[in-house]
Amino acid sequence: MGTMTQTLQGVPLNHYIWLSAIIFTIGVIGVLTRRNAIVIFMSVELMLNAVNLLLTAFSVHSNDPSGQVFVFFIMALAAAEVAVGLSIIVMVYRNTQSTDINVLNRLKW
Amino acid sequence: MGTSVFYLVAFLSIFFSLMVIFAKNPVHSVLYLIVTFFTFTVHYILLNAQFLAVVNFIVYMGAIMVLFLFVLMLLNLNKENEPLKSGLLKVVGVVAGCCLVVTLIGSLKATAVSDPLVLQNPNLGLVKNLGKELFGPFMLPFELSSILLLTAMVGAVLLTKKEKV
Repeated sequence: MGTMTQTLQGVPLNHYIWLSAIIFTIGVIGVLTRRNAIVIFMSVELMLNAVNLLLTAFSVHSNDPSGQVFVFFIMALAAAEVAVGLSIIVMVYRNTQSTDINVLNRLKW
Repeated sequence: MGTSVFYLVAFLSIFFSLMVIFAKNPVHSVLYLIVTFFTFTVHYILLNAQFLAVVNFIVYMGAIMVLFLFVLMLLNLNKENEPLKSGLLKVVGVVAGCCLVVTLIGSLKATAVSDPLVLQNPNLGLVKNLGKELFGPFMLPFELSSILLLTAMVGAVLLTKKEKV
């Protein structure tokens, strides 16, 4: 692993922040432009992963393992969230025969 | 080669995450998302966060994506009844997203110039170091997360169970 850590040297922290910002924004665009509930869910996963990468980069930057522990907790949270969310989608599909979120506008007004 | 590995993998991450949200077929979206998560695993390895790389590989690419694919196959969605938003809403969404990224990067430009990322402690992200952290100061949140997972499991089973009339 010694050679692997040498390749890291020289990437500015800003570039990690740019990468995370871009991927987070791609997730936001996915949530805004898609109507399939499952694809929206996947966009939320993209946003979670962008934040995870940023936390890890900052953890390495400040030499503090707490950031990586938080990433671990976020991964556990994401697993729980996906299980509950997908079961809600399955229930919605059973009732409406589609995963279109525009069908679910009863709580809109 | 140095930093070029990072830029190559970063380009691949952005490309495949764009494919996730622009693919018409949801199954293709899931497959592109798996590739995106693989590039994130490579990022973690480059950051020498080996524990997170393995957890990302197993939990995200293994468990969560299989769950997505399983539900997608269960629901039997095909391309014909795939709901699509109108063109105007799509353009508005993309413009809003571009405004967000311009704001984020612009505000970042206003801050000081960043120093290069240097790994001071080579065994920062190893299992030994993180385990000590996890079972030391973060003991209570770690145990609480197990209760969270149990709650999620009970909730998922209750939600999807057909109620007996």
